[in-house]
Amino acid sequence: MSIPLPLPLSAPPPASAAAFRVAVYEGTGANPFPPGERTALVTALLAKGLSVSVIRPGGSAGNLVAGSLLVLGHFTDEQPDHAATDSGVSVYFRNVAGKSAAEAVELAVQVRAAANIPEPAKWKPWFPVIDYDRCTNCMQCLSFCLFDVYGVNEGKIQVQNNNKCKTDCPACSRVCPEVAILFPKYRHGPINGDVVSADDVRRESMKVDISSLLGGDIYAALRDRNAKFKSRFSKERDSDKALEERQKCLVKLGEKLDIPPEVFASLPSPDEIQRKAAEANAKAQAALEANKS
Amino acid sequence: MTKPLRVLYCHCTYANVVPKATKEEVLRRLTESDVPFDAVPDLCEMSAKKDPALADLAADGCLKIAACYPRAVKWLFHAVGVKLPDTAEVLNMRTDTADAVAAKLLEPPA
Ligand code: SF4
Ligand code: SF4
Repeated sequence: MSIPLPLPLSAPPPASAAAFRVAVYEGTGANPFPPGERTALVTALLAKGLSVSVIRPGGSAGNLVAGSLLVLGHFTDEQPDHAATDSGVSVYFRNVAGKSAAEAVELAVQVRAAANIPEPAKWKPWFPVIDYDRCTNCMQCLSFCLFDVYGVNEGKIQVQNNNKCKTDCPACSRVCPEVAILFPKYRHGPINGDVVSADDVRRESMKVDISSLLGGDIYAALRDRNAKFKSRFSKERDSDKALEERQKCLVKLGEKLDIPPEVFASLPSPDEIQRKAAEANAKAQAALEANKS
Repeated sequence: MTKPLRVLYCHCTYANVVPKATKEEVLRRLTESDVPFDAVPDLCEMSAKKDPALADLAADGCLKIAACYPRAVKWLFHAVGVKLPDTAEVLNMRTDTADAVAAKLLEPPA
């Protein structure tokens, strides 16, 4: 069945059947939305995790590559509830004249469910992003992360399992000597993507020096520190001056790396930490060796 | 002939890093203009999920993106194998005022 309205549907090969987009449509066959209504509708759709294309008279706002498109409009003519394009995109039409933004969003949610498209997971998208203009492929992030976030592809460091990253933990970005790891949702620059200054680079290399002072195994050290904190005997046991100093240094390091307490809590047992750290380190060494040859 | 203006707005839905007042005002100005545009809840989420729509959004044309730091946006696209065109302009709602972002966003392409 063909689509009665001139929608932006030139379709490259389907890539994701789960794609779902809402078009706020004002092209041929529809009246424009009153401005306030348009703003409220787009805002409410975005808040619900829905992507929106606002299509003005005669305009087009990009193509849907696959999946389903819901067209919301003040239609002047009768539209079918559902139609399929030649390229396999499913198009749904809903007349929202006289409906509030909340009612229109509810309709969109119903259509999404009817099209078997899952609701977006309630996950704060927190994961490292590598700035390859800065990265020197040194593999420090790979050997540091215990959660298998990083991997190597054709000799190059990559973020391979971003969903395994610990929310709000930017620690790997603090061990990167090149300030090449970004967390776009981090509070402070340059980790949030702000311009990197010469001072930033100097500070970051100092951090790495601290971690090597601690024997390189920051996680084990931090966990050790955490356990000590919990122990009611910690004060008596820590009479040893060197240990006390080391602990002070670790407290500072934990603060410097900005590791949230939840991450400490989720660390595996000391044995497991040793095993994972050795594994990560071996991967990093293997990648470095392979790149040398 | 001038290339068509394509505008992409990121609502940064899942974090509070972009000031609410700024993103709401930019969105209001966009929706009240006569410029067609795409709006996404969260570019970070799309990058994390390797959303194929990112390739389409970055397709040729005069692309302007209202989001956050240009370096972050560039590498979020890169993380899904999409190179932002060199001509793409990223406007930073974390640091710039809504007025400045909206004015640049709605400026007709040169
Ligand atoms: S630590 Fe930084 S420079 Fe080294 S491989 Fe990782 S991202 Fe690249
Ligand atoms: S790209 Fe920037 S503005 Fe958009 S969701 Fe990510 S952090 Fe927020």
